Amino acid sequence: MDLEELLEIKETTQAKHQKKRKRVRCCTAAGCLSSGAKAVIDNLNTEVKHQNLTEEIEVTSVGCLRLCSQGPLIEIDPDDTLYQQVKPEQVVAIIDSLNGQQNRENLPQKTDLTHPFFAYQQPIVLENSGKIDPESIDDYISKGGYQQLRHVLLEMTPNDVTQEVTKSGLRGRGGGGYPTGVKWATVAKMPGQQKYVICNADEGDPGAFMDRAVLESDPHRVLEGMAIAAYAVGANHSYIYIRAEYPLAIKRLEKAIQQAKRYGLMGSQIFESPFDFKIDIRVGAGAFVCGEETALIASVEGKRGTPRPRPPYPAESGLWGDPTLINNVETYANIVPIIREGGDWYASIGTENSKGTKVFALTGNVENNGLIEVPMGTSIRKIVEEIGGGVPNQGTVKAVQTGGPSGGCIPAHLLDTPVEYDSLQKLGTIMGSGGMIVMDQDTSMVEIARFYMDFCQEESCGKCVPCRAGTVQLYDLLTKLIERKANQQDLDKLEALCQMVKDTSLCGLGMTAPNPVLSTLQYFREEYITLLQST
Amino acid sequence: METRTLNKKPQNHQKIDKRPDKRFKVIDITMKRNHYRQDALIEILHKTQEAFGYLEPDILEYVAHALKLPLSRVYGVATFYHLFSLKPSGEHTCIVCLGTACYVKGSDRILATLQQELGIQSGETTSDNQISLLSARCLGACGIAPAVVFDGEVTGKQTPENALKTIKIWQEEE
Amino acid sequence: MTVKTLTINDQLITASAEQTILDAAKEAEIKIPTLCHLEGVSDVGACRLCLVEIEGSSKLQPACVTQVQEGMVIQTETEKLKEYRRMAVELLFAEGNHVCAVCVVNGNCQLQNVAIKVGMDHSRFPYKFPKREVDLSHRLFGMDHNRCILCTRCVRVCDEIEGAHVWDVANRGGQSFIVSGINQPWGEVDACTSCGKCVDACPTGAIFRQGSTASEMTCDRSTLEFLHRARTKKEWTR
Repeated sequence: MDLEELLEIKETTQAKHQKKRKRVRCCTAAGCLSSGAKAVIDNLNTEVKHQNLTEEIEVTSVGCLRLCSQGPLIEIDPDDTLYQQVKPEQVVAIIDSLNGQQNRENLPQKTDLTHPFFAYQQPIVLENSGKIDPESIDDYISKGGYQQLRHVLLEMTPNDVTQEVTKSGLRGRGGGGYPTGVKWATVAKMPGQQKYVICNADEGDPGAFMDRAVLESDPHRVLEGMAIAAYAVGANHSYIYIRAEYPLAIKRLEKAIQQAKRYGLMGSQIFESPFDFKIDIRVGAGAFVCGEETALIASVEGKRGTPRPRPPYPAESGLWGDPTLINNVETYANIVPIIREGGDWYASIGTENSKGTKVFALTGNVENNGLIEVPMGTSIRKIVEEIGGGVPNQGTVKAVQTGGPSGGCIPAHLLDTPVEYDSLQKLGTIMGSGGMIVMDQDTSMVEIARFYMDFCQEESCGKCVPCRAGTVQLYDLLTKLIERKANQQDLDKLEALCQMVKDTSLCGLGMTAPNPVLSTLQYFREEYITLLQST
Repeated sequence: METRTLNKKPQNHQKIDKRPDKRFKVIDITMKRNHYRQDALIEILHKTQEAFGYLEPDILEYVAHALKLPLSRVYGVATFYHLFSLKPSGEHTCIVCLGTACYVKGSDRILATLQQELGIQSGETTSDNQISLLSARCLGACGIAPAVVFDGEVTGKQTPENALKTIKIWQEEE
Repeated sequence: MTVKTLTINDQLITASAEQTILDAAKEAEIKIPTLCHLEGVSDVGACRLCLVEIEGSSKLQPACVTQVQEGMVIQTETEKLKEYRRMAVELLFAEGNHVCAVCVVNGNCQLQNVAIKVGMDHSRFPYKFPKREVDLSHRLFGMDHNRCILCTRCVRVCDEIEGAHVWDVANRGGQSFIVSGINQPWGEVDACTSCGKCVDACPTGAIFRQGSTASEMTCDRSTLEFLHRARTKKEWTR
């Protein structure tokens, strides 16, 4: 593959799409598929064929169109129309409307695209999501795909690439927030011939589906980002560790890798440079702890996914003891735009210490459930009340949970906090990978704390004592509280044990397991007190 | 405290002739494709479970020998990951998502209803081997919470009532 | 070999660069409690008893796997550490079924010793009374899972020194247990050489010699030294 060929594919694919009078894009991410998108697409295809409109109307399967709760979603280009909750029997009416015949009562409801849910979004990671067919490499190339890889390989030194990423201020999107450029530079500087790049797609936080959406909507972007990372750190072998619960994402990734191989965008001497690169997929088997990097490495090596003490960090001694770069899906998905537009451009978005945008999965008791991408620094209030449309049925927000089982609950009176790594940490929660769960006035915070503790005790790998035995005791103490059998001493014990598990656990899972309890204790202590036995 | 001497039936060491079984071929091919690399154990267990439905001790032993891995190591890996099952599952499976978004929207009530109806706990199979009830920690289908997977098909916005309806249909099939 | 100077509990000591804090402290006769650490086999940092405070580090670090560094200032006996150690031991006792009075290693048990050392006279956490099994299928030895603290010393000694890998950890979290073979009775595992290293490595009475009673048990230092020698000098016969 050389530049001419790449540009030719880009132009022919663009022309192929432009030729059509209307383009009907159907969301085929997991959410819409579960709501019955498949039948809608089948009907669309049959109907278009039946009416001899194949030359004029194009029906494509695309990735996530964001508003998951209202699926199946269909977008009409160039009309800027988004239909929601489309039923297979409404397909005829949609096609009629494309032909200028109005058949209003049979049309599905149109979504208001000027609503803050769409208007406040700033897609960078999701720029292609919902625009291209995730199973077509040509579609990705038509949006400029793989041009940045070529640019990097032929016109930049590995050091230039790392510099650009450092300049962008990008921080790890898996939740830790470690500066990506620094991580890359560390791995790049490590001696040794054999290095690895790993993509962490083990998105285990309950209530989070950002990475799933990215992989289902635009898999090539992640592959290109990984290839650029591999070039920058001097690796030529990489792994994507993805959870088995995401079969569609796995399928699309496998297909994308095959296509890239066929085009010579993966393999040896890519773009006739000396750079060789290959990606293997490793499928997890249901263990949340494998999101922790050392546990993930153990799992890639085919072992029990138990973490080991750090240091040494994977950058020094990772997969099979070699220097290894591990980043999360969203981090890699940010690389292509950073290289394309420059680190300075990226750094101009967001806040002082948190640059760029962040994808959130907005769920729970909120009107608009779905996927959003907003600049860092957007306030939680704006996300929940404007973008999310607030709690349904005139309910009120009680708390917003971020960071999954490692995070905490932000109470309603602190909703004006901007989403940033540091500001959230100050509140006793974390940015996490991007799950944002809204809880209404009827939610019992003690039960939520117990819910997360149940999760942690079940997901603890069992290696270290505080996490294995401590989470079990914490769960029992919370149950005792909920059953109104606990007294003040139990509450003191709960707090002391939380602190102990937090300070002494071996890995991130244990260290953060008490966070949901500690943060609810901080903001909703009265709920704990009212549950105490009146003695 | 209850202490009980390990009193397992002697292992079934009368090796069944495994060669003619087509399913073993699937495992053999997978192992070959992975060059019998020990680090491919999880991939191979995935394929094995696909072929056999669950991971029987005899089959684990077969894999361990082929990859030259210690038996206890293979058993350790197979039991560490929740998606591997060492017991056969029922004709139908129903997985209730207990991820946070689903939980907030009442999936715990769905699970409770199903447990009561079927008379089993999550993770168990009905005595007639018809239905296995399981729970999951987030399927990533939070946008359509609460989600339940019936025989591999993810369905969203479930209520205890309509989940029960699907189960009833299964029961009537018998 | 470079030498580092560091301070442990206000005492200035020297150590070679490759040493861990635990080794360096031991040389200086500063005792840090451990359970999962065993001379001669790799360290896993799982029991968390050897955690120490290092100036400038917000996290507590396990002494068994943390290498010494020039100018480190370490505290091993602060109030916080003492409290955490005691809690860790309490959690271990509450988790299994540890009844010293009827145990074959009563008086020679490392868990018991640690409990005494950290001042754990009772557990503030309720006992879980798990139902666990006793495996007496081996000709010479027995395995009582009730007394197992999952330190994995048996797993490591069998894998790294004997090379048999009879043991591993099965399940996870609170359900974890030490498994022999493909969850077979120990006596039926072909790989077992009956070397008895796991018996010597076990810090509690979980793995024991059959027929031994509490009064017969002695603290046999020579076995531990043997293990160390086998590992470092590659001398595998007694």
